[in-house]
Amino acid sequence: MKVSDPALLLRTAPFLRRNLTTPALMRDVIYALVPVIGASIWFFGVSAILVIVAATAGAMLTEWRFTPEGKGGAALADGSALLTGLLLALTLPPGIPLWMAFLGGVIGIGLGKLVWGGLGHNLFNPALVGRAFLQAAFPTVLTTWALHGGPSDFLAVRGANLAFPLLQGGVDAVTTATPLSMMKFDHNAVPAAALFLGNTAGSLGETSGVLILLSGIYLTVRRMFDWRIPAGVLLAAAIFSGILFLVAPDRYPTPLFTILSGGLLFGTVFMATDPVTSPLSPRGAWIFGAGIGFLVVLIRVFGGLPEGVMYAILLMNGATPLIERAVQPRPFGRGKHR
Amino acid sequence: MAERDGGDIYREFAKGLWKENPVFVQVLGMCPMLAVTNSAINAVAMAAATMFVLVGSSFLVSLLRKVIPKQVRISTYIIIIATFVTLADFTLQALSPSVHKELGAFIALIVVNCLILGRQEAFASRNGVLLSVLDALGMSFGFAIALLCLGSLREILGSGSIFGFSLCGPHFEPWVVMILPPGGFFMLGAILLFFGWWKEMKAKRRDSVTGRVA
Repeated sequence: MKVSDPALLLRTAPFLRRNLTTPALMRDVIYALVPVIGASIWFFGVSAILVIVAATAGAMLTEWRFTPEGKGGAALADGSALLTGLLLALTLPPGIPLWMAFLGGVIGIGLGKLVWGGLGHNLFNPALVGRAFLQAAFPTVLTTWALHGGPSDFLAVRGANLAFPLLQGGVDAVTTATPLSMMKFDHNAVPAAALFLGNTAGSLGETSGVLILLSGIYLTVRRMFDWRIPAGVLLAAAIFSGILFLVAPDRYPTPLFTILSGGLLFGTVFMATDPVTSPLSPRGAWIFGAGIGFLVVLIRVFGGLPEGVMYAILLMNGATPLIERAVQPRPFGRGKHR
Repeated sequence: MAERDGGDIYREFAKGLWKENPVFVQVLGMCPMLAVTNSAINAVAMAAATMFVLVGSSFLVSLLRKVIPKQVRISTYIIIIATFVTLADFTLQALSPSVHKELGAFIALIVVNCLILGRQEAFASRNGVLLSVLDALGMSFGFAIALLCLGSLREILGSGSIFGFSLCGPHFEPWVVMILPPGGFFMLGAILLFFGWWKEMKAKRRDSVTGRVA
């Protein structure tokens, strides 16, 4: 239906468009990820590079192989598979065997995106689907945290990175607890400054709060996502954990700790704002964000797991169609019922 | 059923194995399919019990098809099926208490397996004894193939063994999810996906051989 240079051009509203395409959006998010990736390499050395390469390779190979013929190259060109692979890798623990990271990429793209019909049709965030599968399949590996370090031990391969496919890593790695598990099981809070800079244990990309915030501000300024979603998440998490903190300060973490620890900032900036799996309307975005913030605190404080960002986002992804339906603006002149 | 040849008989048996496979094609009997296939041995026990019940009740239903009143046929089938299920239940309990314990309520639940009632209604009540038994045998073998497929794959991934024999040594990293209920859905989905893809490939190849445009 493409007619080049027609005599008369008829268009429907809206007439003012932003020149924003899917590849441009994906590119901008990938640019925003660069400092986070840099931080992960700084803290976890060569392991970070290996995990990122493995997860991205899994995601991109799956996308390339299983997208219908004639669209394979184009599907890779929009950068969404690369982005999914990167996001998945940054949520994984640094000591994960590489074959698991690769498998996570395959599942994330295959089960999280392609079976739904490809980009734009999926209900759940593909990177989180990959991670949720890994968490369900290999719960111990996904909660084993290799020690963080600096550039001095750059070349040290963490944990079981080099395990053979389907086998466990043979080496006993030096592991440690994340700030969240210390809080949950020992009631021992890591100071906010360490959380802010990222010098703690955790998943590859989640440790440095300040860099994630900078990336979030960049994306907000570029208007690459709806600022209401992260605002909703952070507000709801702060209010709910604030109430709990005021009720019993010795049992519950401070709101600042809640926001800076674990994957909350990373998930908020890079995953909750996925335009495919979040509501489009402004009111819907507020509800969606607030739901995530509330669920994160609920799972962390009252659930069995120390971290709940992944499940909170996936649950609200599932609720997105309902939210959209509930807040859909009614056309003027129609009755109460659609 | 006056005239029938060997090919006819063979067809009624073989259709259940592949062309009308109860699981991969008709997607029937999903409850036992997903519930008891976390190991190969459970799958075999379930397949054997189902086969006994299906063949026995198909035989009896087709024998009695002329005397069962139309109005109460479903309840009559259920009573016949339940009789055989009770027999299978007690037999399994006597033969292998551990497997019986493992399968639990799912043996009793064979009564409501829609595959079995479906065969009575669709086939045994309209055909002679020989054809009905053959149909039941074919369907049960098809069901057994599917159960064994799913059970072995889930056991291999979920515990690194098959029929209890370890395949990958002690360093195998088990996929915990595969022996849990979600693993059944994942595996069944993957298998259905694979067969769909395979059929499509075959159709495409046939089309390209005959020169038709797909």
